[in-house]
Amino acid sequence: MSRYFTEDHEWIDVDGDIGTVGISDYAQGQLGDIVFVEVPDDGRQIAKGDEAAVVESVKAASDVYAPVSGIVLEGNPALVDDPSLVNSDPEGEGWFFKITLSDTAELDELMDETAYAAFVAKL
Amino acid sequence: MALNQSGWRPSTPQQGDGAPATFTGNRALMLEEPLIFEIGSSETTGVDFASAPSPHWGEGRGEGQGSHREAGLDETPAPHPTLSPAGRGLGGLERTAPIGLAGLSEQETVRHYTRLSRQNYAIDLGLFPLGSCTMKHNPRLNEKVARLPGFADVHPLQPVDTVQGALGVINELAMWLITLTGMYGVAMSPKAGAHGELCGILCIKAALEKRGEGHRKVVLVPESAHGTNPATAAFAGFTVEDIPATADGRVDTAALKARLGPDVAAVMITNPNTCGLFERDLKEISDAVHAAGGYVYCDGANFNAIVGRVRPGDLGVDAMHINLHKTFSTPHGGGGPGSGPVVLSKALAPFGPLPFTARTADGYVHLIEEERAEEFSNEHFDGKLDSFGRMTAFHGQMGMFTRALAYILSHGADGLRQVAEDAVLNANYVLRSLEDTLDAPFAASGPCMHEAIFSDRGLADGFSTIDVAKGLIDEGFHPMTMYFPLVVHGAMLVEPTETESKAALDQFIGALRSVAQRAKAGDMALKTAPHFAPRARLDETLAARKPVLRWKPPVAAAEAAE
Repeated sequence: MSRYFTEDHEWIDVDGDIGTVGISDYAQGQLGDIVFVEVPDDGRQIAKGDEAAVVESVKAASDVYAPVSGIVLEGNPALVDDPSLVNSDPEGEGWFFKITLSDTAELDELMDETAYAAFVAKL
Repeated sequence: MALNQSGWRPSTPQQGDGAPATFTGNRALMLEEPLIFEIGSSETTGVDFASAPSPHWGEGRGEGQGSHREAGLDETPAPHPTLSPAGRGLGGLERTAPIGLAGLSEQETVRHYTRLSRQNYAIDLGLFPLGSCTMKHNPRLNEKVARLPGFADVHPLQPVDTVQGALGVINELAMWLITLTGMYGVAMSPKAGAHGELCGILCIKAALEKRGEGHRKVVLVPESAHGTNPATAAFAGFTVEDIPATADGRVDTAALKARLGPDVAAVMITNPNTCGLFERDLKEISDAVHAAGGYVYCDGANFNAIVGRVRPGDLGVDAMHINLHKTFSTPHGGGGPGSGPVVLSKALAPFGPLPFTARTADGYVHLIEEERAEEFSNEHFDGKLDSFGRMTAFHGQMGMFTRALAYILSHGADGLRQVAEDAVLNANYVLRSLEDTLDAPFAASGPCMHEAIFSDRGLADGFSTIDVAKGLIDEGFHPMTMYFPLVVHGAMLVEPTETESKAALDQFIGALRSVAQRAKAGDMALKTAPHFAPRARLDETLAARKPVLRWKPPVAAAEAAE
């Protein structure tokens, strides 16, 4: 299983053609305390770069973009009751949704962990 | 006294410096005030009503017992087993349990709200630095004029002949707004800025549909625009696309031009923008948008900085709302209501909402409603008047029209011009006085317009804009606009307006500098500020995650907890 990052601070873990998407630790730190998360409906077809989810903190509401194209398998039901999971475990329990990738080649355009760390260091 | 057991409770004030606790919890004139439900109860009442006459006079109707009218109302029949007379007409929806409103005497009620008002901040108490809100002084002359009985005591359904003065005010204000903006027409009825935006966008939608180009579904919104703009476009059924800002805080004109095409309905641009900067390329942008078949909406919330100096119509704007409650000094921030007339270009004016006023050569002011629209269209619009409908039931915020016109007439054209000049001067004074202490990301972009913007760069680790804002509360100021616009990290947006004196500005600048220096030095006391407010730092996260939206009586709250 490998992890990729976008410049908009989403991460995706890929296992076969199934991806798990969330926002990075850097992103949750910038947003501050998360108070609400809206995850996409099961079965929704989304294209890479589409607005897939909404995350709202005490500061602002932000869109979470789909890092790849595909069909949504499921949203993380735990975030509805406990959005603070995004703060406490952004790259684990605080995942947003799972997606069936329609084109694994799209992953080539994303950053790996090292490249993302370098990207964040420059911000 | 019943205590609120419904959940989370704000922290109580801190007793500073070993001051003794008081029996009441009051600290001299800083009074502790419970919720109104905790003071009153549904068993008490502020008014003693006489006992109601027997409600059962209609009893037995239709049961062949004869009319109670004939029997006389003084005669008391047997009570109906279930329904009171009021309930008979309600189809079984009659209330069966107490409504639970708190009963208080008039004095208790007046004291409750007066005490609460003393914990509030207001423009009449001090400088209100909220950026993009134009919290300027509300002149008392406006209030005097608005209270004249001929304006205050009229009804919107009165015959037009009897309200010529009031309609004349609407019409004259409309002419001023058209003249000041260099536009062709104006819709006076929208009731706030965002309502005005919706009105303008609906005009654009109607114009596109009239042209058979309803397929144009994209509205472009730059990052430097107001947050309501994308919401308005989405609400009207359009798809919103962002246009990036340049490093100097303005619209990326090249990126905007590159995105124009046959699917673009309009561009919504805020000028001056939320970075406090004048969009210098607006004319070039308008020309490009028009050439591509789209319309230009300008958010006029920040018109205060350019009124009397720039006419948006000259810059190719097709629609722009004007917040009378900002630029034209009518009250807002709780003292409202707002009012958001929309000026329209010649291309959009025919699609504006009904009703509107029109003064004929004989001086008579007509109110053009649906039934007269066609006749008026033929006379004045070559038959092209094609209103999209209505925004409101009546003509708009009459009380704000009288105030705004009083403001305009008392200032005159030269006075309004000075308003813009002084507003810009004051904002630049704030910007240049604080740029040595706070990071000013657009300080090199030239003079700011109505507002100065700072970022949280340079604050100590773990300190953010929120801590500066809370520190300002202890200094006796309402905080500035925070974390907006999003293009600036930890944005602090300060709009002093022209009505503040240099002494007031110096005091505010001194306070903000002091708080900023504490945040840069990592003063931990700032993390728990405010210390002198009626409540210490509130838990905004808990309030957002688990909001307590409604007071519950202690019994219900206890049951709910079980």
